Amino acid sequence: MLNYTIRRLLFAIPTLLVISFIIFIILDLAPNDPTGNLPLTIPAEVRAQIRESLGLGQPFHIRYIKWLEQFFINEPLNIMEHWWGAPIGDSDSRLRVTSWMSRSPVVDLIVERMPQTLWVVGLSYLVGILIALPIGVISAYKQYSWFDQIGTFISMVGFSVPTFFTGLLLIVVFSVNLGWLPSIYDTTLKVTDFSSFMAQLRQLAMPVMVLALFNAAQLSRFMRASMLDNLNQDYVRTARAKGMSEKVVLLVHVLRNSLIPVVTVIALGVPQIFGGAIITEQIFKVNGLGQLLILGIENADIPLVQTLTFIFAILIVFFNLIADVVYGMLDPRIRYD
Amino acid sequence: MDLDSQTSEPVIEVTDLKTIFHTQDGTVYAVNGLSFQLQPGELLGVVGESGCGKSVTMMSLLRLLPMPPAEIVSGTVQFEGKDLLQIDDDELRKIRGGRIGFIFQDPMTSLNPVFTIGFQIMEPLREHLGLDKSAARDKAVELLELVGIPSARERLRDFPHQFSGGMRQRVVIAIALACDPKLLIADEPTTALDVTVQAQILEIVRELRQKLGMAIVWITHDLGVVAGIADRVAVMYGGFIVEYAHVSALFENPQHPYTIALLETLPGTNADGEHRLLSISGQAPNLINKPNSCPFAPRCKFAFDKCREQNPQLEMRGDDHKVSCWFDVEKNEARA
Repeated sequence: MLNYTIRRLLFAIPTLLVISFIIFIILDLAPNDPTGNLPLTIPAEVRAQIRESLGLGQPFHIRYIKWLEQFFINEPLNIMEHWWGAPIGDSDSRLRVTSWMSRSPVVDLIVERMPQTLWVVGLSYLVGILIALPIGVISAYKQYSWFDQIGTFISMVGFSVPTFFTGLLLIVVFSVNLGWLPSIYDTTLKVTDFSSFMAQLRQLAMPVMVLALFNAAQLSRFMRASMLDNLNQDYVRTARAKGMSEKVVLLVHVLRNSLIPVVTVIALGVPQIFGGAIITEQIFKVNGLGQLLILGIENADIPLVQTLTFIFAILIVFFNLIADVVYGMLDPRIRYD
Repeated sequence: MDLDSQTSEPVIEVTDLKTIFHTQDGTVYAVNGLSFQLQPGELLGVVGESGCGKSVTMMSLLRLLPMPPAEIVSGTVQFEGKDLLQIDDDELRKIRGGRIGFIFQDPMTSLNPVFTIGFQIMEPLREHLGLDKSAARDKAVELLELVGIPSARERLRDFPHQFSGGMRQRVVIAIALACDPKLLIADEPTTALDVTVQAQILEIVRELRQKLGMAIVWITHDLGVVAGIADRVAVMYGGFIVEYAHVSALFENPQHPYTIALLETLPGTNADGEHRLLSISGQAPNLINKPNSCPFAPRCKFAFDKCREQNPQLEMRGDDHKVSCWFDVEKNEARA
């Protein structure tokens, strides 16, 4: 297993290099202009100078190699400096991946926005899983019962109604009409005591609900299908013939087998947490990573978009590996050697 | 085995068992009023084609069929003074695996792939006998040795996929025997295995039966196996027992046309020295029709009008030999 993991990690390096190159090409080919959002009164030659100063005058391959250097060498060195608190080499003249729109290092922007995204999207993922698994198990066990029918209906609604609609609906009901919950996520809120904790919960409630519904809709269907697959297996009959209680049959024998594919799906979904929920973050004004990406795209902030997209790619590759490793741990029939 | 001791209390007594399935195409009459009983230590062979209701009958006894679609419409199953079809689920659970062991057909799928063999054997031991972990482990080792699995203690940690088919079936047998059941129901336990492994398993069962003295129901469609191990044989067709006799009586003097046809299909050398494989012409009955006539009539060479109008009852014809047929094969005439 260890050998397999190391081999997969080594294989990931060329994969990621190719991905970063493709992202770079696509962003370069896109008809973007970093000065496009500047006031129209700025004359064309000044715009040209601005582009020149951002490094856009350089040939494609130079810009790509510069970015590689900044991302793979300068930024990690910078992080290490941060940890150890001591400068490594010539840290002042080292160029970092810098956002064109805010002139601040991209990594700093990400670090600023990471907590909000992890709170909102991460919590919604967790809540979604916690809702989905029991629903999936019960729906499968009591297939075609009223519980299953309602579960099927809700997950169909949750899956097919877009988050911008459910989000706005919740805002209209709970913020506008009832006035119970704030419609804007306040990032400056610090949790210091019970009342600020409650305030945090209240502002988390709606975005988390919107996203959790969506996640749960998907996962509960997976869970149900996987349980149904296993409930008809011969080993279930064997377990019953051994005199095991229905609880043991269901929650030990069937669940363990059914979780194998579901855990894979869950692991593969984790990168989305870091990717943020672009639409939901916009609606509830959560200044998370999704919103940062949108801002970057709107302002043709190529270093920001390039770096964010590439980090998502790393996470996806990494969690694919995690999914495979977890699969191997849950299913004794699978051994990677 | 002393089979004449009919006076002793039967281990299990099934009376008028009827099981149906509700399907989209209509009701399937899978088991149509079966009655049989087993004496202590007796081995009853149940033979018949696929789909004749053998497995459904045995699973009905322990209510192992998914309900719905299955429904046990009538009957009683007397076991240790209780009717298994009436007792509540908790009581039934104590009997399943505890007093009645069940061996299933396909050893490749009847073990849970994600748990170790040890876990799966120890489960019923801890549930029914209340053993603690180490006692259960010792007993599991003992059981695996009993069914002939070498280096049993080490193998407890192995998963089913690390065993061959024959070894897995031995594990399944060990699980069924775990709590010293009074009755063992084996549902085609050797069908999925190759012939040499099958012979080994049969040998194990024969030995165990002598050692443990339990009654066994052995479902198979292999008449050779039945001849080798059974005391009595029940021949099933279309959800009925059509002939029920001592094994030697059945093979020497078959009374039901279906049994006769079955025996003719056995590959062997006939008097002319020809090696020809025979089959029973026609299709196995569609159980979706309510059984109002003899189910074998369409394929029977002796069938006459009465066979298509009335269903014969299983009746005593001769010494401990029950047949359900309107035609007397011995006298070659219709029964009175």
